[in-house]
Amino acid sequence: MAEAAIELKGISKSFGSVRANRDIDLKIAPGTIHGIIGENGAGKSTLMSILYGFYQADSGEIFVNGERAVIHASSDAIARGIGMVHQHFMLVHNFTVLENVILGAEGEPLLKTSIAKARSELERLERDYGLEVDPDAVIEDLPVGLQQRVEILKALFRGADILILDEPTGVLTPAEAEHLFRILRQLKDEGKTIVLITHKLREIMAVTDNVSVMRQGALVATRKTAETTVEELAELMVGRRVLLRVEKGDAHPGDFILSVKNLTVEDMRGVKMVDDVSLDVRTGEIVGIAGVAGNGQTELLETITGMRKAVSGTVTLDGAPVELTGEADPTDLRRRGMAHVPEDRHNMGLVLPFEENENAILGYHWQDKYVNGPFLDIEAIRRDAQGKIEKYDIRPTDARLKTANFSGGNQQKIVLAREMEQDPKVLIVGQPTRGVDVGAIEFIHKRLIDMRDQGKAVLLVSVELDEIRSLSDRILVMFAGRIVGERGPDATEGELGLLMAGVEEKEAAE
Amino acid sequence: MSTPYAKLPAWADYGLIPLINLLVAFVVAGLVVLLIGENPLRAAVILVDGAIGRGQAIAYTLYYATSFIFTGLAVAVAFHCSLFNIGGEGQAYIGGLGVALVCLTFDSVLPWWLTFPLAIAGAALFGAAWAFIPAYFQAKRGSHIVITTIMFNFIAASLMVYLLVEVLKPAGSQAPQTRTFLEGGQLPKLNWMLEAVGLTVRSAPLNVSFLLALVAAFLVWVLIWRTRLGYEIRMRGHSPKAARYAGVSEVRVIIVTMLISGALAGMMALNPVMGDQNRLQIDFVTGAGFVGIAVALMGRSHPAGIVPAAILFGMLYQGGAELAFEMPGISRDMIVIIQGLVILFAGALEHMFRPSLQALFASFSPRAVGAEAKQGESA
Amino acid sequence: MDLFSTLVLLLDSTVRLSVPLLFAALAGLYSERSGVFDIGLEGKMLAGAFAAGAAAAVSGSAWVGLMAAVLVSSFMALVHGFASITHRGNQIVSGVAINFIAAGSTIILGQAWFSQGGRTPLVGSDGRFGAIHLPFADALRGVPVVGPLYSQLLSGHSLLVYLAFLLVPFTWWVLFRTRFGLRLRAVGENPAAVDTAGISVQWLRYRAVICTGVLTGLAGTYLALAQNAGFVKDMTAGRGFIALAALIFAKWRPVPVMFACLLFGFLDALSIRIQGTPLPLIGRVPVQFMQALPYILTVVLLAGFIGRAIPPRAGGVPYVKER
Repeated sequence: MAEAAIELKGISKSFGSVRANRDIDLKIAPGTIHGIIGENGAGKSTLMSILYGFYQADSGEIFVNGERAVIHASSDAIARGIGMVHQHFMLVHNFTVLENVILGAEGEPLLKTSIAKARSELERLERDYGLEVDPDAVIEDLPVGLQQRVEILKALFRGADILILDEPTGVLTPAEAEHLFRILRQLKDEGKTIVLITHKLREIMAVTDNVSVMRQGALVATRKTAETTVEELAELMVGRRVLLRVEKGDAHPGDFILSVKNLTVEDMRGVKMVDDVSLDVRTGEIVGIAGVAGNGQTELLETITGMRKAVSGTVTLDGAPVELTGEADPTDLRRRGMAHVPEDRHNMGLVLPFEENENAILGYHWQDKYVNGPFLDIEAIRRDAQGKIEKYDIRPTDARLKTANFSGGNQQKIVLAREMEQDPKVLIVGQPTRGVDVGAIEFIHKRLIDMRDQGKAVLLVSVELDEIRSLSDRILVMFAGRIVGERGPDATEGELGLLMAGVEEKEAAE
Repeated sequence: MSTPYAKLPAWADYGLIPLINLLVAFVVAGLVVLLIGENPLRAAVILVDGAIGRGQAIAYTLYYATSFIFTGLAVAVAFHCSLFNIGGEGQAYIGGLGVALVCLTFDSVLPWWLTFPLAIAGAALFGAAWAFIPAYFQAKRGSHIVITTIMFNFIAASLMVYLLVEVLKPAGSQAPQTRTFLEGGQLPKLNWMLEAVGLTVRSAPLNVSFLLALVAAFLVWVLIWRTRLGYEIRMRGHSPKAARYAGVSEVRVIIVTMLISGALAGMMALNPVMGDQNRLQIDFVTGAGFVGIAVALMGRSHPAGIVPAAILFGMLYQGGAELAFEMPGISRDMIVIIQGLVILFAGALEHMFRPSLQALFASFSPRAVGAEAKQGESA
Repeated sequence: MDLFSTLVLLLDSTVRLSVPLLFAALAGLYSERSGVFDIGLEGKMLAGAFAAGAAAAVSGSAWVGLMAAVLVSSFMALVHGFASITHRGNQIVSGVAINFIAAGSTIILGQAWFSQGGRTPLVGSDGRFGAIHLPFADALRGVPVVGPLYSQLLSGHSLLVYLAFLLVPFTWWVLFRTRFGLRLRAVGENPAAVDTAGISVQWLRYRAVICTGVLTGLAGTYLALAQNAGFVKDMTAGRGFIALAALIFAKWRPVPVMFACLLFGFLDALSIRIQGTPLPLIGRVPVQFMQALPYILTVVLLAGFIGRAIPPRAGGVPYVKER
C-alpha cells in the first residue's frame, strides 16, 4: 500500500476543561473516500479543523503523504494540498464566484491577470468535473447547492489533492446530495483523497471506502465500509444499542386545536419562505414536519408562534384567530396555551449569560407568580427553578449557575421544563435533540410522548428523519416552503426522502 | 462570542482585574508626567492630597463625582441593553435647558424644595427627549446608535449656542448665558455634612444633588436586577433574539432604556446649573458626559462600581486642579489623558491581563480554574 | 460676473475645507472596510497635527513635520489595532479612548515643550506646504470663466490638496483592482472566509489600520502646516467626526466619499461666507444651523430616509474562530 495521504498520531485538543479530541490515531489511504462518523459534539469537526490549521492541537503529529507536517495556519494546510469545505460556507456574500475562488490564491498583486487566469482554470474544472457555475454570479444570489460547489471549486483551484467535507449534506436535498456524491466519486477516480465528515450513516454506506467512528472525542474504530453494517456503526457511535423506535402506544387524537390555513410568509427580500401552507393539529397527537433544513420550517414555526409576520393566511388556536399581520405578540399566545421550544436554543430559547433560574421564566416572566407589581419576586423565581431542576433531573442542580455552564442536553431540559410545566394546550417543538447527548435524547422523546398522552397537541419540526418517524403520528413533508405530502408513521425513509427532495408524488410513483 | 476563558474566582474577576487595569492606566499616565520632566510620584501625592487632603477638597471632589455618577449611570443603563450611548454629553447639555427653563419660570415664586422636583423632571424630560430620537431611529430604522448619538452631541452644541446667544440671553447682556437664578432656583449646599464630621469647608459647590445621585444609583440597581423591566433590558442586551422569543418588544425596550439613560444624563445638569453656577452657560457640561463612559466601564456597569469610580474621577478633577496650581506643566488636560487611558485599559483592553492571570491561578491550584466554556464575558 | 467670482471664491474655500475631511474619511475607509470601526479619526488627526506642528517648528522643515505626523498617527492607529484586533476589545471604546488621549496629550506636551498655551510656535514658509501654481495660471487669469476657474480654483493649492484628490482614484484602484483590496473588502465582510483561505486576518487588519494612521497623519499635517502655520489646541474641532459622517454618507465608497466631503466642506464654506447675511427665499439662516447640517444630514441618512447605509458586515465585531 502506498504512503497514507494523511496520518494523524496522538492528536489531542482541549477547550477549557472540555476534551474535544483525545489521543487520536488515524490513517487515510490515498485515492479513497474516508468517512468520519460520530454524533454531534463527538469531535469530528475539531479534528478536521486541526488538520486544516484552524486550530492547533495540544499534542500529536500530522503526516501528509508520509512527510511530517507542521500546520499552524490554513495556509500551511493549503500548501500541503489540503482543501476543506466547511459546514458553514466560508464565502464572501457580496463577491462574485470568481472573486471568492481567487481569494487568497490570487498569485500576483494585481487582479486583472489573476482573474483572467482563474476564469480559464474554472472553465477547465467545470469541464473535468461537471462543476458548473456562473463565474460572475454574486454568491448571495446563488442557491446553497451552488454555493457549496463554489467551495469545492475553491479547494480544487488551490490544487487540493485531499478534500475534507464537513457535514456537506446538511443543507442539501437528497437529490442534491446524490449529485454531490457523484462529484466526489469522480474526484476519487481522478486520484483525489476525500474525507467526509457526517453523522448520517446512510451517506457513509453510500459513498465511502473506509469509515472511522468517533465518540466523545476519541476515535473508537476504523472499518472498511464494505465489511461493516449500519447497526455496527450505530452501536459504535453511541456506545450501546440504540432504540431506533421510541416505545409508545396508539394516539388518541381529539379535536382540532391548531389550524393553519393558506399561510404565506416572505423574508426581508420578499422571497416566499412559506408558501400557501395549510395544516391541522389535533389534541393528543404529534404531527411531525420533515424536510431538509432551510425549506421554510424555521419561518413556519416562527410565524405560528407569533415572532414573524405573515403575508397572508390564518392561524387558529383553540378556535380563536392568531394575529399575523400587525405586531405579533408571543406573550399573548403563551397566555392562550401555546408553548414553544425553539430550534435555536443558544440564541433564542435561552440567554446563556443568565443564571439558570432567570432562564426558567423566560417568556413567562410577566406571570403573577413571578412578579410583585413592576418588581421580580426573586425568591419565588428561584424556588420555582429549583423545583424544575429536580423534576427534570437537570444537572448541575444549582439554579444560580450561569446557563452557559450547563451541557447541551441539560440546557435543552431547562427549555423543555419551562415550556412543558406551563401545562400548554399546544406545544411547538423545533429540533428538540440537536446537539443533545444520547441519554437526554431518550428523556426528551419520552417527555414528548407523555405530553401527547396527556392530550396535548404537539407540532414537531426536525431535520432528523429518524426522530420524525419514531415520534410522529402523522408526518408532513416540507419542501421549498410548501407542504408536499402527508404520510402515516409507517412511511418508509425512501418515500419521505423523495418528498423531501421535491419529487412530486406522481413522479415518485413513476 | 468570546474565546473560552477559564473561570477566575469572583474576587479576581471583579476586583483584581479592574485594579490591574487601572494601575496600568496610571503607570502610563505617570510616564507622560515623566516625559514632561516632572516627578510622577510627587504629582500623585499632590493630586491625592489636593483631592482629599482637606474638607474643602473633599467637598469639591464629591461635587465633581455627583456629575459623574449621573453620567456613569446613564452609560451603564444603556450598556445593559447592549446600547452604547455616547450622547451623554449632549443629553446633559439639553437637560440643562430643562433645568434652566424650570428655574427661570419658578425661581421667584417657589422655594427651592418645590423648584427642585420640577427641575429634576425638567432635566430628566429634556435629557430623555434628546435621547429619544437616536433611540427611535435605532429601534425602528436600525441606524447605529453610536453614530447618531455622536451626531446629536454636535447638534446639541449648535442648538444650545443658538438658544443662548439668540433667545435666552437677557437683553443688553454680552455673555451667552441666562440670568442668574433667584434663591428659589438655587440648591442648598451640603458642606454642613462634611463639617458635621469635623472637616472645614470654606465654600464649595457640593449640593443636594449629590444625595439625589446616590438615590439614583440605588434606583438603577433596583431597576436592573429587581424589576421586570430590568430583566427585559438585560435580556435584550444579551440576546435580542431571545428577547423577541420571550415576547419582549425590542422597539419598546430600546426606547425605554434610552429614555432612562437620557434622563439620567440630563439630571447631571442639576448639579452644575442649579447647584453651583445658578445659570445656564455655554459648555457647562465640560466633558462629564464622556467621563461617564470611563466611569461605567471602570464600574463594570454596576452602581456599586460606578459610585466609587465616579468618586475616583472626582478626585482626579479636583486633585488635578490643585496639581495644575503646583506644577503648571500639568494642567487639567492631564485628567483627559488619564480618562482616555482608563477607557483604554479598563474598557478596550479589559481582557489583556486575563490569560496571564488565569495561567497564574492555574499554576497555584489547577482545580480553581474550572470550565466556563463557550460563553465567557459578553460586553 | 460678481456673483461668478463670489462663487469661485466659495468653491475655492470649499476645496480647502474639504481636504482634511477627505484625508480623514479615506483613512476611515481603509479601517472600516477591513471590519475595524474607527471613531478615533478625530484623535489621530489631532495627534498628527500636533506632531506635524511640533516637528516642523523644531526642524523648520514641512517634510519632517509630515513624517512625524504620519508616525504619530500610525502609532495611535496601532494602539487601536492592538486593542481591537489583538485583544478583541470593543472598537468603539478603543476609539473613544484614542480621542481623549490625543486631546489631553497634545495640550499637555505642547505646553510642556513650547509654553505657548498649547500652541506650537508659528513656522515659516519652509515649514509649511505652500501654494503650488499650475503652469499658465497667471497667463490664463484674464480669460473669462475658464481663467478664474483654472487659476483660482484649480491652481494655487498646496501639494497636499492635490494629493488628497489623487488619493480618491488611487483608493478606488487599490480597493477594486488589487489583491490587497480584494482581501481588505473580504475581511470586512467575512473574516472566516479570509482565514480559511490561508490569509492572516490579523495582519490584514493591521495593514488596514496602518493605512488609516498614515492618512490621518496627512489630514493633521494639512491642518497644521498647510491651512495654518502651526498647531493650535483642539484644532480638529470635530472634523474627525464630520469625516466619519462623510464616510457613512458615502456608504464606504471612495468616489462618493469625495463628493460627501465636498458637500460638507461646501456647507462649512457657505456658513463662513454668509455669516448672518440673509439668503434669498430662505431668509437669515443661523450659523449654528449650518454647522449642524452635516450631522443632521448624516442622521437622516442613517435613518434610511435617503437611501440606506449598510456598513461592512463584520464591522465592529472582533474576529474569533468559532468553535
